[in-house]
Amino acid sequence: MSEILLEVRNFQVTLDGSPIVSDLSFNVEEGEFLTILGPNGSGKTVLVKALLGLLPHSGDLIWHREPRVGYLPQGLNQMSVRDLPLTVEDFFALKKLQRAEALNFLMSVGLKDDVLKMRAGYLSGGEFQRMLIAWVLASRPNVLFLDEPTTAVDIAGGETIYSLLKEAWRAQKLTVFNVTHDLNIVFAHSTHVLCLSRFGRRCYGAPKEVLTPAVLSDIYGAEIRFYTH
Amino acid sequence: MTFQLVLSLVAGVFIAGSAAYLGTLMLSKKMAVVAGPLGHLALPGAALALVYGFSISLGAFPFVVAGILLIWLLEIRTKLHMEALTAIVFATGVAAAFLFLPIDKAEAALVGDISKIGVHATIASVILSGLVLIAVRHCYPEIMLISIHEDLAKTEGINVKLYNLVYLSAIAIIVALGVDLVGGLMTAALVAIPAAAARNISRTIVHYGVSSGVFGVISAIIGILVSTYAGLPAGPLVILTSSTIFLITVPLAKV
Repeated sequence: MSEILLEVRNFQVTLDGSPIVSDLSFNVEEGEFLTILGPNGSGKTVLVKALLGLLPHSGDLIWHREPRVGYLPQGLNQMSVRDLPLTVEDFFALKKLQRAEALNFLMSVGLKDDVLKMRAGYLSGGEFQRMLIAWVLASRPNVLFLDEPTTAVDIAGGETIYSLLKEAWRAQKLTVFNVTHDLNIVFAHSTHVLCLSRFGRRCYGAPKEVLTPAVLSDIYGAEIRFYTH
Repeated sequence: MTFQLVLSLVAGVFIAGSAAYLGTLMLSKKMAVVAGPLGHLALPGAALALVYGFSISLGAFPFVVAGILLIWLLEIRTKLHMEALTAIVFATGVAAAFLFLPIDKAEAALVGDISKIGVHATIASVILSGLVLIAVRHCYPEIMLISIHEDLAKTEGINVKLYNLVYLSAIAIIVALGVDLVGGLMTAALVAIPAAAARNISRTIVHYGVSSGVFGVISAIIGILVSTYAGLPAGPLVILTSSTIFLITVPLAKV
């Protein structure tokens, strides 16, 4: 059995006086691929930011081993850097990585060396996201936080992104926290799921065990049918 | 070439060059517009300096620092857009300045007066501009990453508060020095125009920073030289040279 990496007890996040996450407790073991699932407005992104220490919180957040964190934030895409004369090589230079080292990581996500000289803002959505994964992995994290990593990418591109992330998870023995509202992702890629809802209902466990139609309907506030194959 | 002209050129080149380099970060952070109101807020300080006969930059500096703190606090407290806050700060600065700025000395505060800069002020300008240049060069990757995505920068272990402090201090120093070169009305142009021209022609970050600095330096040299021989104020000529460079780069814009 794996060791517990993170212990979250009575966790609460309040923004502008409104409780967004309240009284949440769960453990994450080393090597888990945990998907944080929930409808819009259920506090997924807020929870991730609080776990990362980007938002204030109350309750206990105990890392049993010092994490080296990598983070793919929501909303960072090629448009965010389009107005900058920033090549992919420049983007890697922001974290003081040399060309050869950057190229190694880019090749690991299926990009070629010609991408180094391209303007980051003019990559396609999928290319940018792959570049960003390479960039984040270049810090050699052992814990990866992903916030909707495929929103700016089409379905085929999304599959590629998740395959790459899954490969990195396996090869580098990462612990992954992945935010999504896409049920397909949970069943296809996660070892564990933590569901949040706007109504305070929760679930935590292995996806096939905890995501029953009744739980899903509780979480999403409507009748949801999902077929696992 | 007179000694006075050498002093003006040395001070002008250092101030304009480092302002233009800093401008590449301010343009990225969409903060170039903030330098304008800070310059305006420096006007009361410049007015006091003119009344009591000390360096315009020295008078401007505490007012610029106060302005930065004011904008920072007002933004946190009111959540108003930066543009709205800068409009308020702008009006306050100009109104306060005109209340006690002697009208016969207004020109120096409004459009700068680098042509009369003394030895001590030149040395101070060179040292302070040099410090800004070194600090910005050293912190460039971190500040750029913060401007791209602050949370990403934080999770990469960057101390955002510390780098923002360095960044804002650099802006305060450059705006205060800029008041001497181009006056309180046009400091935004000193940081924004060379950076905008550089962005038009640059494909990489290094090219961007270097070309902006070069455009700033060229603008200062041409502006000050033309001013000396044409008997016109240097500040507006520096800015007009800079605008001309920008116009030349427009057809080359890489969009």
